[in-house]
Amino acid sequence: MSKSNFTRRGVLRTGAASGAGLALPTIFTASSASAFTNNPTGSSVTLGFNVPQTGPYADEGLDELRAYELAVEHLNGKGDGGCLNTFSSKALDGTGILGKEVKFVTGDTQTKSDAARASAKSMIEKDGAIMITGGSSSGVAVAVQGLCQEAGVIFMAGLTHSNDTTGKDKKANGFRHFFDAYMSGAALAPVLEKVLGADRKAYHLTADYTWGWTQQESIQAATEAVGWETVNNVLTPLAQTDFSSYIAPVLNSGADVLVLNHYGGNMVNSLTNAVQFGLRDKMANGKQFEIVVPLYSELMAKGAGANIQGILGSTNWSWTLQDEGTKAFVKSFGTKYGFPPSNAAQTCYAQALLYADAVQRAGSFNPCAVVEALEGDSSSLPGIDSPSNSGFVFDGLGNGPTLYRSADHQCFKDVLVMRGKENPTNEYDLLEVVEITPTAQVWYEPDHPMFAGGQLGECNPGA
Amino acid sequence: MDAIILQILNGLDKGSAYALIALGLTLIFGTLGVVNFAHGALFMIGAFCAVTLNKILTISYITIDETRTDFLGNPLKVENTYIERWFGPEIGSAIIDWSVPLAILFSIPIMVAIGFIMERGLIKHFYRRDHADQILVTFGLAIVLQEIIKYFYGANPIPTPAPEVFRGSFDFGMLLGFDPNVIIYPYWRLVYFSFSALIIGAVFAFLQFTTFGMVVRAGMADRETVGLLGINIDRRFTIMFGIAAAVAGMAGVMYAPINSPNYHMGMDFLVLSFVVVVVGGMGSLPGAVLAGFLLGILESFASMNEVKTLLPGIDQIIIYLVAIIILLTRPRGLMGRKGVMEE
Repeated sequence: MSKSNFTRRGVLRTGAASGAGLALPTIFTASSASAFTNNPTGSSVTLGFNVPQTGPYADEGLDELRAYELAVEHLNGKGDGGCLNTFSSKALDGTGILGKEVKFVTGDTQTKSDAARASAKSMIEKDGAIMITGGSSSGVAVAVQGLCQEAGVIFMAGLTHSNDTTGKDKKANGFRHFFDAYMSGAALAPVLEKVLGADRKAYHLTADYTWGWTQQESIQAATEAVGWETVNNVLTPLAQTDFSSYIAPVLNSGADVLVLNHYGGNMVNSLTNAVQFGLRDKMANGKQFEIVVPLYSELMAKGAGANIQGILGSTNWSWTLQDEGTKAFVKSFGTKYGFPPSNAAQTCYAQALLYADAVQRAGSFNPCAVVEALEGDSSSLPGIDSPSNSGFVFDGLGNGPTLYRSADHQCFKDVLVMRGKENPTNEYDLLEVVEITPTAQVWYEPDHPMFAGGQLGECNPGA
Repeated sequence: MDAIILQILNGLDKGSAYALIALGLTLIFGTLGVVNFAHGALFMIGAFCAVTLNKILTISYITIDETRTDFLGNPLKVENTYIERWFGPEIGSAIIDWSVPLAILFSIPIMVAIGFIMERGLIKHFYRRDHADQILVTFGLAIVLQEIIKYFYGANPIPTPAPEVFRGSFDFGMLLGFDPNVIIYPYWRLVYFSFSALIIGAVFAFLQFTTFGMVVRAGMADRETVGLLGINIDRRFTIMFGIAAAVAGMAGVMYAPINSPNYHMGMDFLVLSFVVVVVGGMGSLPGAVLAGFLLGILESFASMNEVKTLLPGIDQIIIYLVAIIILLTRPRGLMGRKGVMEE
């Protein structure tokens, strides 16, 4: 027979002591700035650059990496300072972030969601990265953004253009500087109307994944709003390399414009195939047949070569702009690497500086404090009458006055409509700016149907 | 009707590429008994031979143009090609313009040499090993080769245009009595199809009408007996490996203007070409060619909007679907021989 030594008073005393003991860390957490994932305690802070270093977007990834290395150099007070000299926020002074030297680790997304999540996870768990940034695909951005939200670190997206990144898949810990598919459509449509006319019939070839769908939906809505008719939309497999069987029926479809909702290798190949089929030399419906590529990139333009000449599209930024921020960045980048940066590089450089600036202004690396700083002080862009025109407004990073909107963590700024240059003077001089579309024209509300369905939720400091 | 003709034409050039790669694969499998997963990489290296010759022909010297500035505001460095300086602007630019056809001559010795090195240096050590070992080692080799190409040329596609005279398209529909622009077909794809037919014909003629070819065919049928007759069949098979590499390389060179070469293009074709070989019948040269064109045309038809509306996603699976049906109904493929890979 066993005998118990427990007494009523003893159990109560032990329970109270255990409860207080268990509660102590919680109380401590609530009042302490140190309880978040990868709080940097030493003399340095580690950022994680997650870019495609292998796979089809490796060249774009390497350009992103160059930009990040330049940003780290500038943050640590080396080089010519770049956009630290032109950035409207003066919180950064070249002494690192909050006095800590900036170090970095890199991961390889391979432009595959699972590989990108694995490399981001490794940088967070093994290398102690306090922030993850980079990438060249919307699928990857959405996947890594979700991971960062769970892990309690900030995600500063690289090149991602799908509406979903700050639409249905938005997260409190995630921020996008790059523009989106809706903005491309809103910027392009009026130029297309002006250059090609309002009476046009469009045939869409669309990459069959999240970015392609939102890009097609956006450009179709925008062009139909100016009077165009959509004849057909054909989804093409992402792995497709030869688009001839998709392009061959276009000329006989009644369409007089081909819209290529393709990016990367898809874009290079489909455009090359379309030009081979002589589409641009043909007449349809009594008009010159035209091709439109809604999302341009300098590296893709290089891949497409002369085929790009005269073709309209949109970009987030161009090294040919003449504002002070662009000039400072292009000078730093060009001097260090010998060629001008791509718009993927610019968005990544800007994101690194914006993160550092937010930490500096917040006075803390705590992700929730950083989110608060990036969401700003409810300042707004002039000329836009909207309740959601509120967030952090900045200038001097190359895109003119820009708003990091607090409602969805999307940057709003001017969008560039570009055209393939007819007579390029060198291998970098491939695209020319046709129009700088003002922010007001590409503005949309956070609950716009193309962005509906997601919630930012609460910021997660992790730990 | 016009849509059907259009897709047959499309299928022919796609089929040409499949047939050429599958022909090389079958030659190697038929002679050496090796399942060569690095064959797609040879096709890719061929395309990069065109890129390389273009780069060689456009090697430039720099002159400074003080009247213009570069993106940093420094005096503009203008690149001028040596070819144009040596041969004059007209002949020089014509040579550069014709770099892809010239690259065929450039590629043959390179591809044969690569074929010999591959066979003697690596693959011969795997003749007596399992097919699984052969697949693993050649697949590994393919990855190494494509990473080497990526290291030197980057991951981006490199535009390699056809000669000016072959750009644009031919209105086939007008010939057949259709309205203008109903059936158009790029000139270069016609050239590609004709070139493929020529190469395929040449390989068959070589095997059929030369003593060398006769010995190789005999070796393919019964290697041991041919060896017993005192013929060094291994040496001939090594030469056939070089020829197969050259065929893949030439297919790659001519394909460069169709899709800008990138380091991954070999892998894109390899899997499909293996399906072509299996459908055609392992070890059967006519089977490989027949299946190449057949699957190319079927793939084109599957991309038609009318078909895709009825069967969404069919364009992505058609080749594999056909392979399953063929393997179920004719396990040896369309023209496969008894006893090949059946031990």
